[in-house]
Amino acid sequence: MTPQERMKIPPQEMPQQDPHVRAHNMDEVALGYTAEMAKTEASRCMNCPTKPCMNGCPVAVNIPGFLAKAAEGDFAGALAIIRETSLLPAVCGRVCPQEKQCQKFCTMGKLLKDQSKAVAIGRVERFCADFVRVSGEQAKTGVLPPTGKRVAVVGSGPASITCAADCARAGHEVTMFEAFHKPGGVLVYGIPEFRLPKAIVSEEIDGLKRLGVKIETNFVAGRTRKVRDFIDKDGFDAVFVGTGAGLPKFMGIEGENLIGVFSANEYLTRANLMKAYDESHADTPFWHGKRVVVLGGGNVAMDASRMALRLGADAVYLVYRRGAGEMPARAEEVEHAKEEGVEFHLLQNAKRILGDENARVTGIECLKYELGEPDASGRRSPVAIEGSEFTIPCDTVIVAVGNGSNPLIASTTAGLDVDKRGHIVTDGSGRTSVKGVYAGGDIVLGAATVILAMGEGRRAAASINADLAEK
Amino acid sequence: MNKILEKRQLSANVWRMKLEAPLIARERKAGQFVIVQVVEEFGERIPLTIGNASAEEGWIEIIFQTVGETTMKLSRREVGEYLPAVTGPLGRPTEITNYSKDGRKGWVVVVGGGIGVAPSHPIVQAFRAAGNRVTMIMGARTKELIIMEEEMRKAADEVVIVTDDGSYGRKCLVTEPLKEFCELPEKPDEVVIIGPPVMMKFAALATKPYGVKTIASLNSIMIDGTGMCGGCRVTVGGQTKFVCVDGPEFDAHQVDFDNFIKRLGSFKKEEADHKCRSGLFAN
Repeated sequence: MTPQERMKIPPQEMPQQDPHVRAHNMDEVALGYTAEMAKTEASRCMNCPTKPCMNGCPVAVNIPGFLAKAAEGDFAGALAIIRETSLLPAVCGRVCPQEKQCQKFCTMGKLLKDQSKAVAIGRVERFCADFVRVSGEQAKTGVLPPTGKRVAVVGSGPASITCAADCARAGHEVTMFEAFHKPGGVLVYGIPEFRLPKAIVSEEIDGLKRLGVKIETNFVAGRTRKVRDFIDKDGFDAVFVGTGAGLPKFMGIEGENLIGVFSANEYLTRANLMKAYDESHADTPFWHGKRVVVLGGGNVAMDASRMALRLGADAVYLVYRRGAGEMPARAEEVEHAKEEGVEFHLLQNAKRILGDENARVTGIECLKYELGEPDASGRRSPVAIEGSEFTIPCDTVIVAVGNGSNPLIASTTAGLDVDKRGHIVTDGSGRTSVKGVYAGGDIVLGAATVILAMGEGRRAAASINADLAEK
Repeated sequence: MNKILEKRQLSANVWRMKLEAPLIARERKAGQFVIVQVVEEFGERIPLTIGNASAEEGWIEIIFQTVGETTMKLSRREVGEYLPAVTGPLGRPTEITNYSKDGRKGWVVVVGGGIGVAPSHPIVQAFRAAGNRVTMIMGARTKELIIMEEEMRKAADEVVIVTDDGSYGRKCLVTEPLKEFCELPEKPDEVVIIGPPVMMKFAALATKPYGVKTIASLNSIMIDGTGMCGGCRVTVGGQTKFVCVDGPEFDAHQVDFDNFIKRLGSFKKEEADHKCRSGLFAN
């Protein structure tokens, strides 16, 4: 096929549930391509010599390589290529911000002068992973003979899953420690079912178990056992810390401790992990807001907004202090939220939260903002317009302005260096200031993305495997 | 999975359970708590303070009052059964100081209200083991609700019992003997209070005029107990703190108890609805 012919292939839209229907159910919003659609979309890739998409991918997946296989209908072959660099394609295909990564640089998008018409790399990736999972055409991955070395992996989110898998494949005996009763980290407590079905996460966890990884739940490393004790007393040769960015930030404004104000973490954990959406079964109570204000513009803010709608809110207002162009959320999530009826209040920000005599939320006072000069993040900084106060009446406020680093491991591990924001300092390859202790993911990077965390886990595993080989 | 080793009913709504938990027993210190889940798939995770524990024998003790769905279900579990999750020990341990100097023994007063006596027990032991004289004030509404008296008499140098209705000990609130101690020429070096939030609020108010260092152990709503959800946040000295990782013990004179008490009632309505639906408390 010539490039001109490929340019004529229509971009394949993703089939999805009707917004009016899905706003009231927990089922996955995007239904996924058919095999025919996946082949068609993959064949739009021109296999251009510069492969700019790969530079946009944090782990440099061989994108043209897997698209070529997919275009031939060899989805298992395509998946094998993805898996050379990415361990969680079914997850990444769903949650990566492709329009800011691979698809941002796609030559097809440039030729069509519309980056939203780039090859839908994420959708094809997702299809390949789903196809193989459903059809059972799983490629066997080799595990090297046992080394007799033991690795402890703390946390069970994307960084830890990746690190555990790579260490297990190297022949080490790996034990994963998770504080909650279910492994998966942010993939199970944070990201809702309608965006990432939990069956997919549990399949990834089963994959780890097949590699021989042992999983200890309800185990809080740092408290149930100190990280140094894993090495000094329990006979582990290495410890990987992938505890993520799990300390919700608040705004520091008046009224934030009123009843009806939640961190997005709490709100989503109640709904997702504790299954409060299933009220006839769940013991964990859920807060049924009718008029809900969500503060923030990232994926978590979108998740919380859309969860509120699904759990019976009449109105959900998303308040974000910058403009649409500055929103960190995936474009698709923003689109989905709008379609489902979330009302966007851009260039506005909370000033204080108002409550009644019982300390229950009655409203939120906001200020209007305008964009000023670019700030350190390169985005134009929001500036409050004086005297522009106005009130949105509401009964619930969900704060989704990001997560800081959890101090638990740092404060219980003597000699572990952290920076001033509490992120664990590494040498760039996952090694920390304590011999035998490695770290990666959001606890090193600050709140980032699944794929970046995965890349970190992989890098740290490479260091562990190299160091243990010499030991 | 944690096996229930012993179970005893202390009063109409109060239960004492000994759980097999060797890892927690090994690491726990006075003042820490656990997160307990009674039902595997759909269960709630609730914080309960640790009472006694034995690292050698590998058990911890929890003492709880049936106030909601989860504690009700927990009270129905029998010896030999397993709980799907007991996680911990969580929170920062009690800061134990030996206040003795110049031949005078340090003096610590621990105030336990209702089932707050249970977590007080290891704290009393720790302060005494450090070299202090320890006075325990135990309060309850009525005689049947006084728990662990015998053990407390062994652990503390001195025990003062008060009941609201005068059915046992002095007829007064815990604040009264507490105030009297603070008025002595040699005031207590430290007061630790654990119990119902309203009691803690007034006990804190009682010691404040005397400038006696007072620590309160807070029992907020929590899910994970590791800092992840922020549901447990309280205002301390005008700043937001997380009970699970910054606490559970705080300077009682700085705690905004009014907000704390209201936040504890966040889910009252939802819980009441749930009890009706699930058939608990049908009467």
